[in-house]
Amino acid sequence: MSAITDILQLLVTANLWQVAMVSAVLLLLPALGGVISERSGVVNIAMEGMMLTGAFFAVWADLNWHSPWIAVLVAMIAGGLMALIHAVVSIRFRADQIVSGIAINIFAAGLTVYLVRTIYGLQDVGHVVPAEALPTWDVPLLSAIPFIGKVVFQQNVVVYIALIVLVLVEIVLFRTRLGLRIRAVGEHPQAADTAGLNVYVIRYGAVITSGLLSGLAGAFLAIGVSNTFVPNMTDGRGYIALAAMIFGKWTPRGAFVACIIFGLGEAIYANNSTIHVSQYLLSMLPYLITLVVLAGLVGRSTPPAADGIPYAAGSE
Amino acid sequence: MSTTTATDLAVQMRGITKAFPGVVANDHVDLEVRAGEIHALVGENGAGKSTLMNILYGLIHPDSGEIHINGKPVHMAGPRDAISLGIGMVHQHFMLIPVFSVGENIMLGREPVTGTDFYDHSRARKAINDLTKRYGLALDPDARMGDLPVGLQQRAEIVKVLYRGARILILDEPTGVLTPQQTNELFVVLRDLVKAGKTIIFISHKLREVLEISDRITVMRRGKVVGHLTTRDTSEEEIATLMVGRAVLLRVDKKPAKPGAVVLKVEDVSANSDRGVPALKGVTFELRQGEILGIAGVEGNGQSELMEVIAGTRRSTGGHILLGDRDITTYDARTERDAGVAFIPEDRRGTGLVLSFSIAENSILGRERSLTFSWHELVLKLVAIRDWARKLVKEFDIRTPSIDVAARNLSGGNQQKVIVAREMGSKPKVLLAAQPTRGVDIGAIEFIHRRIVQERDGGTAVLLVSAELDEVRSLSDRIAVMYEGKIVSIESPDTPEERLGLLMTGGGKAREGAA
Ligand SMILES: Nc1ncnc2c1ncn2[C@@H]1O[C@H](COP(=O)(O)OP(=O)(O)OP(=O)(O)O)[C@@H](O)[C@H]1O
Ligand SMILES: [Mg+2]
Repeated sequence: MSAITDILQLLVTANLWQVAMVSAVLLLLPALGGVISERSGVVNIAMEGMMLTGAFFAVWADLNWHSPWIAVLVAMIAGGLMALIHAVVSIRFRADQIVSGIAINIFAAGLTVYLVRTIYGLQDVGHVVPAEALPTWDVPLLSAIPFIGKVVFQQNVVVYIALIVLVLVEIVLFRTRLGLRIRAVGEHPQAADTAGLNVYVIRYGAVITSGLLSGLAGAFLAIGVSNTFVPNMTDGRGYIALAAMIFGKWTPRGAFVACIIFGLGEAIYANNSTIHVSQYLLSMLPYLITLVVLAGLVGRSTPPAADGIPYAAGSE
Repeated sequence: MSTTTATDLAVQMRGITKAFPGVVANDHVDLEVRAGEIHALVGENGAGKSTLMNILYGLIHPDSGEIHINGKPVHMAGPRDAISLGIGMVHQHFMLIPVFSVGENIMLGREPVTGTDFYDHSRARKAINDLTKRYGLALDPDARMGDLPVGLQQRAEIVKVLYRGARILILDEPTGVLTPQQTNELFVVLRDLVKAGKTIIFISHKLREVLEISDRITVMRRGKVVGHLTTRDTSEEEIATLMVGRAVLLRVDKKPAKPGAVVLKVEDVSANSDRGVPALKGVTFELRQGEILGIAGVEGNGQSELMEVIAGTRRSTGGHILLGDRDITTYDARTERDAGVAFIPEDRRGTGLVLSFSIAENSILGRERSLTFSWHELVLKLVAIRDWARKLVKEFDIRTPSIDVAARNLSGGNQQKVIVAREMGSKPKVLLAAQPTRGVDIGAIEFIHRRIVQERDGGTAVLLVSAELDEVRSLSDRIAVMYEGKIVSIESPDTPEERLGLLMTGGGKAREGAA
């Protein structure tokens, strides 16, 4: 089986892992958003749409103001606003959260195409000049470590941000008062309510945070990786992030492991020229992994008890 | 008639009205609770007790009426306001998060923190230990809430309320799930709390408890207050009559049983508990047509597991169960039902009902494939189902505006009645009744008891588990005492309570050599 030895050979190269890290972070940010949202009890499958919206607005803002940081800010606000819609629909109006999520994904796809057409006409959006893209930055000293240095410390700044966010979310969710409250609201909103917590405020906050993180991921994709906007460029990443979240049993570190695995799959596919196997087969790899994983390879994973159930104060 | 001034009143609710679709749950209700008293609130299922207390706790907003706390008018936007006014509530259905630790459950909403926002485990532990020591309510703050037996969960609920510094405690049917011993322990705590200056509102259907613990009593009926009583000057009969509107038979009237052939044979059955430890260690007994076999035992000695194994919802690890001459050991719940075994489970909200389903839908759960309710097991006969549900509602006096109401919106006791009605309505060969009257009012207890006896006289074999020793003694034709997963003795129903108590705690000598 030469294909397998090819892949094994690839797996020991730092280059592959460096690419995998970027792919992983593109999944990790929305996955962390999903973890936060669902831990508070709001099912969120709208990361795809929030990310796509973020991607468009990042490019638009960057072309306007020539600053990647303003672009990141605008992208996060755009993602946050999409999330706000999801929050209002599913928390305030207690609509079905899956339906709301799907609607947002479709809406985002339509909205971005519409904006591209009206703002830029039929030609493409144009490229962000490299100088105005999100920069890569080698961490002094650490980047010199063999292998690890290249994989972790010679990366785009968003990768560093994502790793910091990962640690933060892990700490906040499981070590702090805020995290305890978020989880309480997701497990048993009525108990949280009777304990004097404001279920609605906590859920709004969690859903909007998921939008901010997805918007950031969109910005990274558009002005850190591709340097342009193409309709539907997120290409299902929001959904794979969802799978990563479930794979990771609704924990940040679990989601991170899942994102690395998916990221590796993608990186191997990107390297297909060195592997003697049909590239079409390879292109299925990340999705195949997702299916196998969801089919129960990781064992049963239980979501937060009140995940997806709207809360109405005063009814049992 | 009373000379109390407003400031002596911890709670004063005036003209409280709250309507739900199709029902006025509270109709101009007045409630006065004096500072430092234990005030009992009693009334039939669906009388509006929980609704009134949820209004006092800010969970439900009244349509009209006013509330004064310690003499001052207040407006409650939510539980937060109630908590800050010093009101705490233990709900009829526990408000606990099973996957959280006991400590986290108690602290929630008022967590100790270090640094910016870090949850402080050691201070939490210390606060709980202080409280539990002060009130003699031992609890392990690090245990997982879901692993605790209900008695301890109940205790955690009370500690939770105390931790928030409540001075007015609302206890909505706190003794519903407690054994008599646990109830006595709770009463010791309540008396201590009153000594420490707290005011307590206590809801219960057990009038004996009400007479024992309360100072004054408010009686509700169909959303209205129908009487204010002083405990010293009243009796069980008077309260019962006020509550139900007629005299209630407080004991069971039944003729001697005429046992027929053996229908259910349980042979050396063993099984594990949810936590994987052996809960049944070789249980053997026979159940005859037309008799009621009651199981007495302290909760947690395998009664629940025994019922579940027979009902087919828990796998046995050994032994045989025979229905007639059919071996049903490995039957699942559905096959058991088809074979004629009906089951009233003890956890009404978890396993007895689908809370979001209507009463009509719940009334045929498990029988939806029968030819009475479906064409060829495929299409539901909606008209037949609705007729059936209406019949049950009428017969069992389920208090609801219509059969389309979701089970969730019924009062606790009426939820229980739906299950009892469904299971008894299926004309079973064997009726497994676990805590059949938990949470129902005395009128309904009387009715359910009469129906169980009627089932027996019609030839059904009844296996009864109840935490109420009185219930077991008055209903059963024979009593099996369970202790640590075994039946230690089979006794006659007139066995003195002391002897049963001794057997239940592992003492005494068996009479019939464990069947
Ligand atoms: N959220 C709700 N929606 C609709 N109806 C409700 C709701 N909550 C309560 N009810 C109705 O209000 C009435 C009073 O219910 P409540 O729970 O206060 O009774 P209760 O006195 O506590 O009875 P129990 O002793 O059975 O607990 C019942 O008819 C019940 O069906
Ligand atoms: Mg009630």
